[in-house]
Order: sequence, then C-alpha cells, then structure tokens
Amino acid sequence: MKISEQDIKTVASLSRLRIREEEKEDVLFQLNKILTYVENLQTLDTTNIEPTTYALPMQNVFRADEVKPSLDRELALSNAPLKEDGYFKVPRVLEA
Amino acid sequence: MALHDKTAHELHDLLQAKKISAAELTADIFKRIDEAEDKIGAYLTLTRDKATADAKAVDDKIARGEKIFPLEGIPCAIKDNICTKGIRTTCASKILENFIPPYDATAYKKLAAQNVIVVGKANLDEFAMGGSTENSGFHVTRNPHNYDCVPGGSSGGSAAAVAGGEAIFSLGSDTGGSIRQPASFCGVVGFKPTYGRVSRYGLVAFASSLDQIGSFTHDVTDCALVLNAICGHDEMDSTSTAAQVPDFTKSLVADVKGLKIGLPAEYFVKGIDAEVETAVRNVAKKFESLGAEIVEISLPHTEYAISTYYLIAPAEAATNLERYDGVSYGARVDGADVVEMMTNTRTEKFGAEVKRRIMIGNYALSAGYYDAYYLKALKVRTLIQKDFIDAFKNVDLILTPTTPNAAFKLGEMTSDPLKMYLQDICTVPVNIAGLPGVSVPCGFNKSNLPLGFQLIGKALDEETILRAAYTYEVNGL
Repeated sequence: MKISEQDIKTVASLSRLRIREEEKEDVLFQLNKILTYVENLQTLDTTNIEPTTYALPMQNVFRADEVKPSLDRELALSNAPLKEDGYFKVPRVLEA
Repeated sequence: MALHDKTAHELHDLLQAKKISAAELTADIFKRIDEAEDKIGAYLTLTRDKATADAKAVDDKIARGEKIFPLEGIPCAIKDNICTKGIRTTCASKILENFIPPYDATAYKKLAAQNVIVVGKANLDEFAMGGSTENSGFHVTRNPHNYDCVPGGSSGGSAAAVAGGEAIFSLGSDTGGSIRQPASFCGVVGFKPTYGRVSRYGLVAFASSLDQIGSFTHDVTDCALVLNAICGHDEMDSTSTAAQVPDFTKSLVADVKGLKIGLPAEYFVKGIDAEVETAVRNVAKKFESLGAEIVEISLPHTEYAISTYYLIAPAEAATNLERYDGVSYGARVDGADVVEMMTNTRTEKFGAEVKRRIMIGNYALSAGYYDAYYLKALKVRTLIQKDFIDAFKNVDLILTPTTPNAAFKLGEMTSDPLKMYLQDICTVPVNIAGLPGVSVPCGFNKSNLPLGFQLIGKALDEETILRAAYTYEVNGL
C-alpha cells in the first residue's frame, strides 16, 4: 500500500474535496494502483540530473510599467456566484 | 461529395468563385448536425444564429468583389476549453456549466479575424482529462466511424465533428495526446505544434508546461492553413515563443528525398496491436520508396514517460484547478463557512477523474513526497527530452504509431483509469519534450476503424513534419 486511508483524508482536505464513504474503497484502490505504477521512476539513477520544468528555454518576460485599460469591473463580476456593491461575496471568514 | 465533407481549401475556391455561398455552406453543416448530432454528440453548445449572421457578412464581402481570407466563411468547431467571449465555455465541467467568458482566447481571436464561421463548442473530457470523451460532465461523444466506439480524447468532440461532417475543421488542445489520439481514432489529421507556437491565453489551464492548442482537419493542406492562422507570439502568454512563424503552405511539397526518418524500437513493443504495427511499418516502407532514408533509433527512457507524465500533469492540474473555489466565477454550493462552501462546491461539481488527478497531484506535491514523486518526475523529464535531442542529431523526423490500438468500445476502460493512462504511451513523450507532432490517417483495420501514424519533429520544425505528411497524403496508401 503506497497510500493509506489517513493519507487520502489528508490529501482530500488539502484539495478541498470530500470522499464519500461509499467511494472510499475505490479511491484508495485506484490511487494505490497508479502510485504503485509510477514507482518505476525510482529504478532510474537521477544523481546530477537537473529537473526540467519547461521543455523549451524560458526567460522572464518584462514589459514597460504602463497603465493600460483592463477588464471592466462589471464584466469581471459577471460570472460571480454572489456579488454585492461591486465585490465578490463569500461566507464569513473571521469569527465575529 | 457533400459540401460538409469537403476540405477548407476546396470550399475556399468555391466561395471565392461564387459557385457556393457561405450561407449555403453553413446551412449544409447545420443540416448535417441536425441529422447526425443525436448519434455523435460532438457539441456542447451550438451557435446557429451567430453562424448564420456571420455567413451573411462573408457573402456580402464576396458580393462586393473582395478577396477573402483562406479560412473565411469556413464552418469550424472550437473545443470547449478555449474561451470565446459571450459564448458559454464549460470545459465539459459542471463547475463551469454557466460560465460566459468575458474575453477571447488568442487562438480563437486570430481565427475570428479571418471571419471563420464558428458552428459550436466541442465536447471533451472534463478539463481535458481523459482519452475517450467519456469523462465529459454532460454527455459522451461517439466515433462517427462506429457509434459503439469512443472518438478518443480529450478533444473527442473536435475530432468527431470533423470526421462526422459537422465542421470543416476544428481547434483542440493537446496536453498528453489529446489532439493526436482522437485524430487517429477518427481518421483525420491532428496537429500539435511545438510548445509555445500557439498562445495559451484563454485556453483553460490543465497542465501549463504541457498544454498546446492545435488543429483537426481533413487533410494536410488545411492543417497548414489553420496553423498559419493560429501560430505566433502573444504578449498575453509569456511562454509563447518569439520565433518567426513561416508560411506553412510553403511546406506542402511532395518530396521526402534525402529526409532521414527514425523508427524508435521502444514504440514497437508488446502492447502495440499487430494491425497498428503493420500499418505504421508500411508507412515507413512508403517513405523509403519515395526516397527517404529509414533509420532504426532508440529513445531509451520511453518506458518512464507515462509515470513522468502522470505525476507532472496532475501536479500542475491540482495547482491550476485551485481557482475553482466558488468565489469569483463558476458554480457555488453553499456551506456554513468558506472552507465548507469550497469543499461542497468542488466535491459536488468536479467529476471523478478530475478529483482523482487533483489528489494525485497534491499528494505528489505534498511535504515528504515532493522529492520522491514530483521532483523525481522533473528529473526524468530531462532524460526523456535528452533522448529526443540525441535522436534528432541523426534524423529529421521520428515515425511512430499514434496509439497502441484503434478506437476502443465505450465503457471498455472506464473502470480502470491506469489502463486508460497507458493508452497515451506514444503521445505523452512528445509533450514532455515540448515537440511538434502530427497524426495522419493510414487506412483502416479489419473492423473498419481508422488507423493513424505519428510524425514527431524537432522543436519549431513543424515544416518538415508538414512536408512529409503532405508527401504521404498525395502518394496515397
């Protein structure tokens, strides 16, 4: 077993997901199967090998610091599930 | 031949010569959609009214005696993870069911500038995660060659639309084979350009270091025309390359004399269907008979590509999909506090495969596992890329099967995610190395399902791929 029931609970919580009781067994089985498969990477010696994050050479891109028009406020809010007075509205975050 | 089965370049000539009108062509496509869509299910949204109005504008332009762009007036489909301002863009996810983008993706904007006719938004595996389009949050898409089979994925709707006569060409996206595999399954030409050739601005992010927009077309000439339209640097995507974009139609030259084409031993191993192998070896013979030199090569780290991909892509996906939190856009499911609201939203609105990949990704990135999984995969990525760099010192192109087998039956792999992942063995190495690749049809198997071969090129050398693909196409099977 690569991943335990407790690991799944932790990773689901990190992912802001809830695993339903009836799904638990299958999720555990599938994730273990996949994580067992990817173990084949451990057989490779990667000492002194640099990691690659982008396949092609990347460099930081700069632009002039100029004020330009941006997305209209109303348009930016147009897909919000809940809004008020030009803001996104969410449930209370801090205790009163 | 019906209008909806013709190529864009044939239709362009007919439009310009006033032998047909854009209105007629668009009506023919919608007639075909009305007949076939119940069976195929290529689309999530149809834009009939806009298409009809756009076609009229093209006809007015032609009537004024003006010259039209190569793709002007040509009906096309756009994968539904590419943002289209004012047109619903769902990523086939319940979480974006009602999302209306406030801006256009650059690739779509460039097509729109040519006055193409967008017919609708094409189905996909939710957030482009899958190889069969069965993971769509809304409905499956079926293969136009056999309705019991999948069209491939994740760009299954884009591939099926073209193969089924419901669009003349389409845009898709390819993170691990999501253009090339469905193109192979549906018998059309599917091109994934070099990473950075096409702007990703407005392409809903799945795995940002691997994602690339590309095309589905009936033939290689149309492929060059679509690439001409969508490639190019974009200041809105800092990973888009500043490299000059050639006129890709100049590569439509029927001549492979002197080209060295590599056949990697690791792509012809156990697990590759015998009919697929025979078809691709016949393609190699064809190239040889046309004057190319076929060279046996080795890409020794191929067997590690699936593991590398299925750690890197989920890790990037887990990060990219953090944004679906029920706050600024997308669906929200209420909860007692912010965390519960986010958890309810994501649990209820994401499908099983998306959740699985988010969890693999967060696991691979989490403290204690980062070095063993994510960092290890990034190092192996270096080795896989080096395989290609070494191979391309001796050859101009690499020829492989696109997929280990022809299209499989609906439901055949849904209960075994790992089995589905292994389907990507021939395509993922190309994304890992950021290279351009195409899938070109090469006949049918005994069950009358299309087969395809893949050509892989050097970074930014789409031209040699197009030249070889074109040469194969004009010389027949």
